[in-house]
Amino acid sequence: MTDTAPAIELRGISKAFGPVQANKDISLAVQPGTIHGIIGENGAGKSTLMSILYGFYKADAGEVFIRGKKTEIPDSQAAIAAGIGMVFQHFKLVPNFTVLENVILGVEEGGLLKPSLAKARRALTDLAREYELNVDPDAVVETLSVGHQQRVEILKALYRQADILILDEPTGVLTPAEADHLFRILAGLKREGKTIVLITHKLREIMEITDTVSVMRQGEMTATVPTSETSPEHLAELMVGRKVLLRVDKTPARPAQTVLEIEKLRVTDQHGVERLKGIDLAVRAGEIVGIAGVAGNGQSELLEVLGGTREATGRVRINGEEMALTGRHADGRTRRGQGIAHVPEDRQRAGLVMPFAAWENAVFGYHRDPAYNRGVLMDNEAIRRDADNKIDRFDIRPANCRLSARSFSGGNQQKIVLAREIDRNPDLLLVGQPTRGVDIGAIEFIHQEIVRLRDAGKAILLVSVELDEIFSLADRIVVMFDGRVMGERDPAQTDERELGLLMAGIEGEPDKPEWQAIDEQWERVEAEEEAARHG
Amino acid sequence: MTLMKSLSGAAAALALTAGAALAEPALIYDLGGKFDKSFNEAAFNGAQRWAEETGGEFRDIELQSEAQREQALRRFAEAGLNPVVTTGFSMATPIANVAPDYPDTKFVTIDGYVDPEEHPNVLSILFSEHEGSFLVGMLAAMASETGTVGFVGGMDIPLIRKFACGYAQGVKAVDADAEIIANMTGTTPAAWNDPVKGSELAKAQISQGADVIFAAAGGTGIGVLQTAADEGIYSIGVDSNQNYLHPGSVLSSMLKRVDVAVYDAMSAGADLETGVQVLGLAEEGVGYALDEHNAELISDEMQAQVEEAKSRIIDGEITVTDYTAEDSCPALTF
Amino acid sequence: MDRMPAWADAVLVPLISLLLAAILSALVILAIGESPVEAFRLMVEGALMRSAGWGYTLYYATNFIFTGLAVAVAFHARLFNIGGEGQAMLGALGVALVCLYIPWPHWSLALLAASASAALFGALWALIPAYLQATRGSHIVITTIMFNFIAAALLNYLLVNVMKPAGMMEPATATFPQAVHLPTFQDMFSTAATPLFRGSPANVTFFVALLACLFVWALIWRTRLGYEIRAQGHSETAARYAGIRPVRIVVIAMLISGALAGLMGINSTMGEAERLILNSTEGAGFIGIAVALMGRNHPLGVLLAAILFGFLYQGGAELALWTNIPRELIVVIQALVILFTGALDNMVRMPLERAFLAARRRRTRRAEPAE
Repeated sequence: MTDTAPAIELRGISKAFGPVQANKDISLAVQPGTIHGIIGENGAGKSTLMSILYGFYKADAGEVFIRGKKTEIPDSQAAIAAGIGMVFQHFKLVPNFTVLENVILGVEEGGLLKPSLAKARRALTDLAREYELNVDPDAVVETLSVGHQQRVEILKALYRQADILILDEPTGVLTPAEADHLFRILAGLKREGKTIVLITHKLREIMEITDTVSVMRQGEMTATVPTSETSPEHLAELMVGRKVLLRVDKTPARPAQTVLEIEKLRVTDQHGVERLKGIDLAVRAGEIVGIAGVAGNGQSELLEVLGGTREATGRVRINGEEMALTGRHADGRTRRGQGIAHVPEDRQRAGLVMPFAAWENAVFGYHRDPAYNRGVLMDNEAIRRDADNKIDRFDIRPANCRLSARSFSGGNQQKIVLAREIDRNPDLLLVGQPTRGVDIGAIEFIHQEIVRLRDAGKAILLVSVELDEIFSLADRIVVMFDGRVMGERDPAQTDERELGLLMAGIEGEPDKPEWQAIDEQWERVEAEEEAARHG
Repeated sequence: MTLMKSLSGAAAALALTAGAALAEPALIYDLGGKFDKSFNEAAFNGAQRWAEETGGEFRDIELQSEAQREQALRRFAEAGLNPVVTTGFSMATPIANVAPDYPDTKFVTIDGYVDPEEHPNVLSILFSEHEGSFLVGMLAAMASETGTVGFVGGMDIPLIRKFACGYAQGVKAVDADAEIIANMTGTTPAAWNDPVKGSELAKAQISQGADVIFAAAGGTGIGVLQTAADEGIYSIGVDSNQNYLHPGSVLSSMLKRVDVAVYDAMSAGADLETGVQVLGLAEEGVGYALDEHNAELISDEMQAQVEEAKSRIIDGEITVTDYTAEDSCPALTF
Repeated sequence: MDRMPAWADAVLVPLISLLLAAILSALVILAIGESPVEAFRLMVEGALMRSAGWGYTLYYATNFIFTGLAVAVAFHARLFNIGGEGQAMLGALGVALVCLYIPWPHWSLALLAASASAALFGALWALIPAYLQATRGSHIVITTIMFNFIAAALLNYLLVNVMKPAGMMEPATATFPQAVHLPTFQDMFSTAATPLFRGSPANVTFFVALLACLFVWALIWRTRLGYEIRAQGHSETAARYAGIRPVRIVVIAMLISGALAGLMGINSTMGEAERLILNSTEGAGFIGIAVALMGRNHPLGVLLAAILFGFLYQGGAELALWTNIPRELIVVIQALVILFTGALDNMVRMPLERAFLAARRRRTRRAEPAE
């Protein structure tokens, strides 16, 4: 038991779910006082491995050593006792409790709450000073921004004396500035001697903050290397198992006539909160307009209005023709007739019917086309032939159109949607989060398809929360914040920092620290929404 | 000779036992079920009395569905059971359908009517419920101090309206200005067994001034009688003698002797005389109950008046309108 | 691939459920001092060993096929139609109107007209709850249940006050004219030498029910409408995305569902009673829910489940005839089957699924031994 013993050591961990081998004989050593990244595509087994470490799953085989000592972790209590804290992708907070109440939940001492609360308040103040973990202890969690909620999760772990902290895809929900802030917090924790395991699929984060990185592919640990000795290209290759193009090859756009014109578009949701507050936007043939923004700032509503699943006021013209924004003709069927194709943000709830077979999904929305019908009956043979063609052309795997949509991976599901929408040769393609939950190999393919469609002279409106994606695809970048267009930038003449500030609703240089400015913006928006809800 | 005699006697006895075994009677209860505290249970009691007195056995079935009506008739007839006695007017049509296929079996329908010309092997037993109801209606009017009396029916069907109409005529015969509040519990078979609703209706009628309530509602009536006893007013029971339920509160009961009808039919066995029997006051098929539980409630004068009316009805001097025959009622509008 | 094979899901789960129900029923029968073996023998003999028994089993099954299909079609659109009872009552009313007030030269014409009328009446009765659900969000479970009561009250009013022949005791219409009497199985399959299905109520409507199964299968899996109904049932968000109008699907699915339930009226009213009686549905609308659940909302499954329930009904009648098992306990036995095959479905499915997965894991491990 010397000081040099690894903080965590895994030896020969295996875990299977049915026929799927999620973890195959994995060994890993995480040195104390370092930030250790674990990278891999969706389904590579990262989360399973960490769930075993945190006591959610029991490994079929293998051993766990914590600080050199063999440790059994049958449940999360044991993990906490061993000094392990975990921050999940989906927070485990009680939304209508205060920060303080959430922190002490499960570790209250004695029958009375008051002494526990007082003790936690003191501890929280100390932690906040030490690590820049500022958060109002009396705020109710559901009123906090996602970034703040994440801080509460970290505080919870630290309050439970964790000195090993595992974070599962922590930046997925953050603005770039919030992510930077998180990384500063993590660096501070590392200085204090804490050990941090960072699970992510973003190469940039690995390169930026980790000391060592382990790569997982198909349940196996393919490499562990010091971060300084590797490159994003090398890591991508290790993840996918072949060489990957990280940047999309594309020529400058040659925009032609205006296809989509939006004027003063407004949307009010069922709670009376205004989600779009007068949007003006135009998309021309042959260009990709990328809409950047933190999730929940009106991008989804914009796509829904254009796709015909949400009513709105204002004016929208497609190819010069007025578009109905309310009533019977404000529906997906009419929109498709007007030459609009839509790859929705949530492919599992909207873009696909998960229990339907791939061939049924391959015509979803276009199933009224006479080519797929014979009288009142559907021409299932024709539809299946059509689906087989799409599977072929988009290299969808497994290449069996009779499997249900849910038996395909995220990337292949997305390819089914994309194949269906692109195949119709639309004038305007709406694309929401095209690569969310999609593995790197498929991302490359999907990006190429979108650019190909642009080069064929189609107008494309892209919404993505991944700035990398916006940068590599968009010919123009429009930033949305709080239901408004904050500004438009040429991707060649802007950078992530400038966009990050715009995404937080800040124009120009802030006169105070960025994170503070962002916090203030957030509070303002929250107060407005609250007022609208009750007004 | 003596030998011959005793031999033939033995043979006759043998034939008799064999015949008796073959002629085991059957009883089919209506959907209300065997133990409904009223109509079907009265039938069961009659059969039970027959079994105890003769040492015989009988088969019975509680119907579960409409389609079982014919099925039970056929299966019992095929098994050689005779006579097949049924309760409830709903059995009339199934019997009419089945009877021609089993000419050697006698069928009895209590409350149902089957044309005797077309179906010579069927006995229809009907009761003049309106006549019995007339008598208890007279009692109600005489006992009432407010001049308002109530009627709680079960399911709203013609048969129950027949009760109500006879009752109303009796009331009016005594006191032409009396007010009659009539309510039906419901329109589905559930109305036969809803004592809580019965109690609610009784309370509502009491609040409108009723101080005597006649319950012709099967199991629902139990609630009416209970509430009447609680509130200190009079009630009138139905079918069986229910006087004993709340002595001092149950003024009388409108008797309908289903048990006697079943007993007689089973006693007659395979030799049952078919046709149509209407059991009215004259035949003692209906009547009002007088026993130790209500002796104090019925004065001699009341009894004398009712007895007089009874004999005048039997003699035909008073005609009580039968709602089911007229489809309307002179004393009550529904 | 974390699921068990389809055949196990469709066959093994119901079989085990039935077995469990049978064991529990046997215990119940034992507890009241009767012999379960004897009871089972009576049920099988009475329901399946005589042609007349089959006649009853198939008669009940015909009712359950219609109501089961009604529930199944609605369920494909994720609508829980509990109003089969009321819709069937109205369907029966439609049948009675056609049979009583129009002089028909032949039963086949009457059958066509009565079918159309029954479907129309049933569909209209489902329309109001459907419309309220689609446009006002009134929960269809509540409204359809309420409409059962309204249907019963309406039928009662009409029978007592309007349709009952004068002087008739029972709240029922007159018997339909001879010309519209549907051929029973006895009429169709008996010869002078071998009488079959004697006196049993199974009739030509059974074949209408089989046609209805075929129709529902084609509707759900072969037509554009069925495609849209299923899409809406799986995800309303997705349906909206595809330009399918939820209001339209809810209304149409319920109209079809109501029409199917209404068709039951042909069997019970035109085929069996040959007049309209108050209690013509006898809970078949509710049994339809269990039938659809057990039949996995597939017409073939519904057909098989309906025959099973027909057997239970007919077998139950035989028990009532020849044993002293009280009627209430027979209902308990029937309820146990509904409970196990319908409500407690997952109780059997989950352990079975685990067993299958464990077995598969062992197999794969053996197939590829550790290097």
